[in-house]
Amino acid sequence: MTARVEDQVEIDVAATAAAARKQGLLSRVAKNQSVAIGAVIVALMMLIGLAAPLLGTVDPKAINPVVRNVKPGIERNVMQASGEMAPRKFWMGTDSLGRDIYSRVLYGARVSLIVGIAVAVISIAIGLTIGLVSGYIRWLDGIVMRFMDGMMAIPAILLAIGLVSLWGAGLVTVIFAIVVPEIPRVVRLVRSVVLSIREEPYVEAAISVGTSTPLILIRHILPNTLAPLIVQGTFICASAMLVEAILSFLGIGIPPDVPTWGNIMAEGRSYFRIHPHMIMFPGLFLAVTVLAVNILGDGLRDSLDPRLGKRI
Amino acid sequence: MLIFIARRLIATIPVLAMVAVFVFLMLRLTPGDPAAVIAGDSATSEQVEEIREKLGLNRPLISQFVIWSAKSLQGDFGESFFFKKTVAELIVQRIEPTLALSVCTIVLAVLIAIPLGVLAAHRSGGWIDRVVMGFSVLGFSVPVFVVGYLLIYVFAVQLNWLPVQGYRSFTDDLGEFLLRMILPSVTLAIIYVALIARITRASVIEVLGEDYIRTARAKGLTDRVVLMRHALRNAAVPIVTVIGIGIALLIGGAIVTESVYNIPGLGRLVVDAVLARDFPVIQAVILMFSFVYVLINLVIDIAYSFFDPRIRY
Repeated sequence: MTARVEDQVEIDVAATAAAARKQGLLSRVAKNQSVAIGAVIVALMMLIGLAAPLLGTVDPKAINPVVRNVKPGIERNVMQASGEMAPRKFWMGTDSLGRDIYSRVLYGARVSLIVGIAVAVISIAIGLTIGLVSGYIRWLDGIVMRFMDGMMAIPAILLAIGLVSLWGAGLVTVIFAIVVPEIPRVVRLVRSVVLSIREEPYVEAAISVGTSTPLILIRHILPNTLAPLIVQGTFICASAMLVEAILSFLGIGIPPDVPTWGNIMAEGRSYFRIHPHMIMFPGLFLAVTVLAVNILGDGLRDSLDPRLGKRI
Repeated sequence: MLIFIARRLIATIPVLAMVAVFVFLMLRLTPGDPAAVIAGDSATSEQVEEIREKLGLNRPLISQFVIWSAKSLQGDFGESFFFKKTVAELIVQRIEPTLALSVCTIVLAVLIAIPLGVLAAHRSGGWIDRVVMGFSVLGFSVPVFVVGYLLIYVFAVQLNWLPVQGYRSFTDDLGEFLLRMILPSVTLAIIYVALIARITRASVIEVLGEDYIRTARAKGLTDRVVLMRHALRNAAVPIVTVIGIGIALLIGGAIVTESVYNIPGLGRLVVDAVLARDFPVIQAVILMFSFVYVLINLVIDIAYSFFDPRIRY
């Protein structure tokens, strides 16, 4: 009976300690100024993307030749769906096909964020699996890492361009074309954690009591990779949004009728000298969003992994 | 020393081989018939057959790879579908502007970034440090082409100080060449400066904590001598490494910058090739840039052992 009470006490102590540790980590993350600033701006952009239909926008694909190349902030009469003419103010002007840039920029937030988040999640999922397995199973390690070295030697944007040229333009192909160059970077990170953790006494203990390899990987090694992966994930997200914009801007990314920040800028290229607003508004949104994600990542790195923060 | 260089040279061979395998497999492992992918949607079956014949796609994979790599090693990358020239000819034609842009950018970036990084480290925590660090995060976040158009708008369209776009070879007219290089190299240098300044700052701060720096100060050396002769020199290895690794960023940025400034280099070539589905060109340019990237980093690695006798692998 007494033994059971003691067990209970021990479990309670362990649970509180774990809770305290977790709280310490969470409050450290929450207290970090960069995390707060970055998270607020990213959340705002997500909200803008989600609520785009409610923010006074019109159909971002609607072409209206009557109001081509309108400068920002100008009011023009526009034919309504009912057939009546009514004045409308174009906050960010229109493009060469008369599409409302304000609406396109707001809807464009959706694509950028979807690409950024999807690339981060998918490349981490794939990289984590490969990294865990190859870091733990020695004979596989050499082969996998040589292949990864080869992939890393190809500049990321160039590799993405090559893949898009093969797979054709589209949201899914663009996402995967950006994922592929990111995979070796995630694999290296995961593998370096695995190599240092596998020598820890608790992993040896787990092996000695006969825990199976998959269970060791999931229960003992995986949790150690999470903090660095979250940090890496934010940086992948930021660079993925930039690469998507670059691909669209070069005209080889997402099809041109879809409103993405890169596409809006691509259409503005030829009119840029007279109508710089076609490039500057989407450019500003893109830069602010990427900046916010980068600041968020810096903050997460400092609070989740103080050692790493000092090094760079 | 020679053994080290030899060992380092041998170590790059598998990496280069893997690059070649990867670039080769990219086309072959694409779902669907690669010949049809290259030919495009509107091609007739005879055209598809012709491409299959030309690229040897009807042979077994291994023999395709052997033939392809043997030809590539001899500089024969096949013939461009779109430009109707050999790929090697095209690359030779387009290499000068890209090389010129890259060299200008690296020189500019190193000249700006290292003093900035050293200053930031020297006054770590001060306002210069904050500005430099803020700039470096900003440099990573603003897309290259937005910077490019902003600079064109301000300096070429509004102020009319510099030409808007275009390229002039330095063998034709050195003055014009330099004038047209200013905006593209500044544009491309920004992300590179951000990277180098950040690493310079970090590694100089680390070195400044060493005992020999305290000794140097105790001897009564001025700040400048301590920073330049003792701190920077010992912090050089990570800085030079990042200059090498940053070449990948530079190549990506060059593709975009060439499009913004209408410079007829390799970056423009690859974009045109993608739009024209000209796969031999894409393949060759990817292969070439990757080899250059690996070889530059090899040279940098070997150079360390000259600068820093402590390094031995």
